Amino acid sequence: MSPLMTSMTLYVPCDSAALAVGADAVAQALQARAQADGVDLHLIRNGSRGLFWLEPLVEVAGPHGRVAFGPVAPEDVADLWPALLAEGAEGAGGSVNPSIAHPLCHGLTAAMPYLARQERLTFARIGVTDPLSLEDYAAHGGWVGLKAAVTQAPEALVQAVLDAGLRGRGGAAFPAGIKWKTVAAASCAPGGVKYVVCNADEGDSGTFADRMVMEGDPYMLIEGMAIAALAVGAERGYIYVRSEYPHAVATLNEALRRAQAAGWIGADVAGSGRRFELAVRMGAGSYVCGEETAMLESLEGKRGVVRAKPPLPAIHGLFGQPTVINNVLTLAAVPLILARGAAFYRDFGMGRSRGTLPFQLAGNIRHGGLVEKAFGLSLRELLFDFGGGSATGRPIKAVQVGGPLGAYVPAEQWDVPLDYEAYTAIGAVLGHGGVVVHDDSMDMAALARYAMAFCAVESCGKCTPCRIGSTRGVEVIDRIRLLRDRPAERDAQVELLRDLCDTMLHGSLCAMGGMTPYPVLSALNHYPADFAADLGQNPKGSAT
Amino acid sequence: MTVRPELSPDTTQATIRATVLAVVAEHAGQEGPLLPILHAVQQRLGWLPPEAVVTLAQALHLSRAEVHGVVSYYPHFHLQPVLGAVVQVCRAESCLSRGSEALHAQAQAHAEAVGGCHVESVYCLGLCALSPAIAIDGQPHARLTQQRLAALLDRLVEKPSSAPLASSQGASA
Repeated sequence: MSPLMTSMTLYVPCDSAALAVGADAVAQALQARAQADGVDLHLIRNGSRGLFWLEPLVEVAGPHGRVAFGPVAPEDVADLWPALLAEGAEGAGGSVNPSIAHPLCHGLTAAMPYLARQERLTFARIGVTDPLSLEDYAAHGGWVGLKAAVTQAPEALVQAVLDAGLRGRGGAAFPAGIKWKTVAAASCAPGGVKYVVCNADEGDSGTFADRMVMEGDPYMLIEGMAIAALAVGAERGYIYVRSEYPHAVATLNEALRRAQAAGWIGADVAGSGRRFELAVRMGAGSYVCGEETAMLESLEGKRGVVRAKPPLPAIHGLFGQPTVINNVLTLAAVPLILARGAAFYRDFGMGRSRGTLPFQLAGNIRHGGLVEKAFGLSLRELLFDFGGGSATGRPIKAVQVGGPLGAYVPAEQWDVPLDYEAYTAIGAVLGHGGVVVHDDSMDMAALARYAMAFCAVESCGKCTPCRIGSTRGVEVIDRIRLLRDRPAERDAQVELLRDLCDTMLHGSLCAMGGMTPYPVLSALNHYPADFAADLGQNPKGSAT
Repeated sequence: MTVRPELSPDTTQATIRATVLAVVAEHAGQEGPLLPILHAVQQRLGWLPPEAVVTLAQALHLSRAEVHGVVSYYPHFHLQPVLGAVVQVCRAESCLSRGSEALHAQAQAHAEAVGGCHVESVYCLGLCALSPAIAIDGQPHARLTQQRLAALLDRLVEKPSSAPLASSQGASA
């Protein structure tokens, strides 16, 4: 390289959603252009900022901060190049208001309203740093929580998580500190060790926050698990990742290798003298393995069939040993709690829902992406202030919150605060924070049928209400739809469907069968017209 | 099950057996190693032939039924050889809201008429903000249209499975 060469730093995400819309091709085009122009290009593959409608999002490091351009296609590079150089070439003055520089420019990334309005605690680093760079991680507040943890007694760590009010982000919202306390107090069978298992089987449609953490900030998860291990006295841990996430698996494996080599995990966790061996395990396409006991069976090398509880996994978990099982987002919140103190985290949120939840806006939405906010904002704010309405431009009809087992929330409930208790009160759930939007062309009876059909496909088969109820549910909904114009016979079938849902709700072993009635009954209750008369059009979602 | 004539069943069985035993040896000392082993065997053979199940059962001191039970439980594991690229079409709610059913039908029609791919339904690829999405041999593609899907499918030339296809006979080794 000639010393006279100008240098420039660009960021192109390596998140798999960015890859899915051509980020690699954009990176190659930028590199080729830099080579042709004799520009010394530092190309950093960061995580995604979570503004997915703008992916691939190219950022250039300028004198006033990072400036965003997107969505960038490889063929845009020629046109974009002068604007990138004007912002980012060494010695360039940049512009305080660069958005006028190019039609794809959105100005300073940090000032973009979608990002500036968020409260990013868990996602503070994601999209900012190179996910696998240990230097980057340390420079952006990484390992501070673990370093603090090794100086404290295990009881103090458990107490910090209790005081922070952290509840399980996988969906059940059980207080993480109570789970940890149970495991800490439990004793192993002779010759056994305690475990920390991270549930990264993020199977809910409309959710991708776990994936973004694993691909965009893997050391944060590793740090959280190491702290959990110190708190409960665990020596081994597993991250159970779904096979649909091959990029997350690859990133985690490399991150584990580097973290172990640097002494953050392994035989001597951060100089504490304590051992914590951590490994990634891959699922194999079974949704129900996201249920914690089915996941344990799968980790043990068996069919992913749900276990009856009790005994609780905290006492009798993986290989029969006391086991902490937490979701990715739960464990990822822990380093910050130790670094900044329980009160800092607890001061976000409302009621008994403390801290932040990374919401995931998906489906038929114009500005889909990751929105981390304190509990308490409304669905309406998410859908319109952030999401910008539906992608098709048609009115939004129904919003499924909390994954395939979550209720459909109708417009009259969009002002209810997003809080665990407030949602429970309206018969809905926050779950893992997934928000899937449907416009007015969607037939809600078709979606109700879909929920039952999905349960029939994914049921582990152990309990009867789920195994058989789901198939009967599909049949009953089919009959209701056939009898749309014969009210008396239809109403009898509707009653049967309600009875069946009641049996599934109360008689299923886990949430698979126990919560499938949520989408079914909410569709039935809030959109009765879709079960009553033919829409006279070609509704989507009917082919399942 | 398809038998590829140019492969002698004996050679194939020996290859499968050797592959499985090598994978088992690599996983020695792991707790509950069956899923990692099955993933590794499938990665090398392209699928999990009956001979692999038998060999695994012997090597891990499990019954054949136990191993078969696990293999058949998980949709990711293939009990049949896979010809061509694996095209996973997401059919979960988010993609459903953006027209995934039409894409699924299009991919299936392409697989039947042209070949070169094996179409599977998946329930979420975690690309929901960019629905509809698919993955081809693990590589994600999102914000799909029928035109883009057609272009992607046309690019998949008929390629043989990476697996040496085995006969279903002689499974009682």
